[in-house]
Amino acid sequence: MEAISIEGTPKTPTVNFDTAKGFLEIKGRSIPENSIEFYKPIVDLLERYASKPQTETNVNIQLEYFNTSSSKCILDVFKKLEGINKGGSKVVINWYYEEDDEDMLEAGEDYQAIINVPFKMVQVVD
Amino acid sequence: MVLDIYGFYDKMEQNNIMLSFKGDITSDLLTSILQIMEAKLDNWQEEPKVKKKVYNVLVECLQNLYHHMDEMSPNQDDKIRSAIFMIGKIDGQYNIITGNYIKNENIPNLQKLLEDINLLSKEELKEYYKAVLNNGEMSLKGGGGLGMIDIARKTGGKLQFHFTPVDDNYSFFSLNINISQ
Repeated sequence: MEAISIEGTPKTPTVNFDTAKGFLEIKGRSIPENSIEFYKPIVDLLERYASKPQTETNVNIQLEYFNTSSSKCILDVFKKLEGINKGGSKVVINWYYEEDDEDMLEAGEDYQAIINVPFKMVQVVD
Repeated sequence: MVLDIYGFYDKMEQNNIMLSFKGDITSDLLTSILQIMEAKLDNWQEEPKVKKKVYNVLVECLQNLYHHMDEMSPNQDDKIRSAIFMIGKIDGQYNIITGNYIKNENIPNLQKLLEDINLLSKEELKEYYKAVLNNGEMSLKGGGGLGMIDIARKTGGKLQFHFTPVDDNYSFFSLNINISQ
């Protein structure tokens, strides 16, 4: 089974994608100048995962900051997940936001409005 | 001519400029500026909410400059590729100012985008953002105005901008963003 494990940097997030467990996690900061390059391996692996997904796919998005360059790439990730959800795997996206971070909550709600996958908004309390 | 360094200093002092830079905008430079500003915001013990907003808007403003540099051909002389950035804080309000050269032919599109954004209400900006995010073509350089829309959404204020004519080919574009608390 394929997997992705990327350590976070000041500009890019920590990514763990374990296809055997049907678990994808993106957390930290996503503010690179060019996001397409960074997200390509994730989108590509989701594409392959879509052909034989687990019965359940759990996704945790816990971002402290993300730029508009990343926002489109995150949407691409979610669009792949939308396809996987239609294809028979039960997908849940957990969108974490810190208490008081209304902008991050709103960003999650924007995606929720665009993507047809169940979202869970999870407040993180310090 | 002797450079009036005290004049510069005094102007910056009066406007409470905490960080400024003029020159080539590189990825490493952005990393450094963001690190410095994050440390400053931590030092002043800004509320997490304010800190996040300032940091987010800063990222978008700086990356606008960065992507803009990409558009200028590399064999352009240094002057045209150079940009300026300042951040200050007056009366508890953060102020981010950027300036860069722009080809005169590119002014109408940018001006229209900024004027359109300034006409929109908070709710309309949200819808516009979602529409551009979902349908807009994204280049490697950025997202068809998504950055400007995001700045307007996060600051809740109008984008103040100005084009100063330089010569037949270029103008200087300045953008002034206020982030109230």
